[in-house]
Amino acid sequence: MSTEPTSRAERLAQRVRDGDRRALGRALTLAENGGEDGKALLDALRGDIGRARVIGFTGPPGAGKSTLVDALIHEWRRKGQPVAVLAVDPVSPISGGAVLGDRTRMGAHSLDDGVFIRSVSARGHLGGLCLAAQDMADVMDAAGWPLILIETVGAGQSETEISQVADLSVVISAPGLGDELQAIKAGILEIADVLVVNKADRDDAEQTAKHLEAMLSLRAGDKQGVSVLRVAASTGLGVAELCRVLDDRLEAAGTDRAARRNARKLAIEVQRLAGRITESIAGKDIGSLEPEELERVVKQSLAALAAGSRN
Amino acid sequence: MMGYPERVLVTKIGFDGHDRGSRVVAAYLRDAGMEVIYTPPWQEIAAVVNLALQEDVDVVGVSSLATDHLILPELVGALREAGLHHVRVIVGGIIPQNEQPELISAGVSAVFNPGATSQEIVETVRRLAQEARIAREAAEIA
Repeated sequence: MSTEPTSRAERLAQRVRDGDRRALGRALTLAENGGEDGKALLDALRGDIGRARVIGFTGPPGAGKSTLVDALIHEWRRKGQPVAVLAVDPVSPISGGAVLGDRTRMGAHSLDDGVFIRSVSARGHLGGLCLAAQDMADVMDAAGWPLILIETVGAGQSETEISQVADLSVVISAPGLGDELQAIKAGILEIADVLVVNKADRDDAEQTAKHLEAMLSLRAGDKQGVSVLRVAASTGLGVAELCRVLDDRLEAAGTDRAARRNARKLAIEVQRLAGRITESIAGKDIGSLEPEELERVVKQSLAALAAGSRN
Repeated sequence: MMGYPERVLVTKIGFDGHDRGSRVVAAYLRDAGMEVIYTPPWQEIAAVVNLALQEDVDVVGVSSLATDHLILPELVGALREAGLHHVRVIVGGIIPQNEQPELISAGVSAVFNPGATSQEIVETVRRLAQEARIAREAAEIA
């Protein structure tokens, strides 16, 4: 490769730092896709990453995540706080395509220069959605966005994955979801810093909130002070209070976020490495492999990781 | 090769709220493996430009059933003014035949009339997305 792509990445990085919104849109694509261009860009932005605060929002489909995130954007904007959003939507497992519809609920902000929303498909991100989301959040961070919200699809593993990227994780549930709520219970206690019962204007909401509080009280106290907040995003009930709690929590999280972010990123990379090695030896009996073969697997995995390729 | 899925903004500008058509087209494109950023109807031109920019789309597809196509030249101009020269604009719906040449000369890349097949739409969007990326690539190197 010539030096040309590097300088191109540096040119783009400069425009991102200068607050050029078109450049940010482009840079997010490169970060999302990974590969050499993405890596060169992130390297060029390295010195500007680590100032933003990242909040993850997750919960089962139908809990009202987009509506709540929209209500929170309104609240933060009322206080003059700029907000960037990564809105992750499911991908079709058959075609690989996606209809990213979060704009439907966040449409009120498309003319506000203090809001930047990027829709992300949970497409088979090589290396995981988590790493792509981390890189995209880093780019928004470098562009000077001080607060980044990541809204994820609430099914499966991504909800726990995203907690690795975020400084703060909000888990949203709602009354009447039945089995959907059951499904997230297993992981909920491990990742939630704040629990929201949305649609709290419904009669059965209090029961859901009480249930979650009961679950929290049973937990061994490694993670302290998880709040259960009652909110009705569609009417605005409890939104200002939630916003205040989130601001306080971010404040309390202190100033060592950059270090923790690096630690998290390292953890993600180690997971990827482990995944790659597992894949390489799938179906083989490790004990029966030649040492040369084992060494080759490890070296190739490390090399691929170092190259930043997500293949 | 495209490398990653085509990104297409499917939207409606102006006052007409009939969004069945745009929903169907969004599903066609999704099923063809594309990433569709879907908006509700009644978008302002400036909002569409902002979305195209934030979402880094290759193609903007506008559904027009009630004369909203008349403001498409304004949309094309606004996209270019925002520096999104590479983004291709297409329209589908009810567009009088005699008004189509004017749209094309204003920079609209394709017009789909009633009866257009999903295959036709998908193939055109794919080709235009390819064109958009080549154009952007050229601009970035320049």
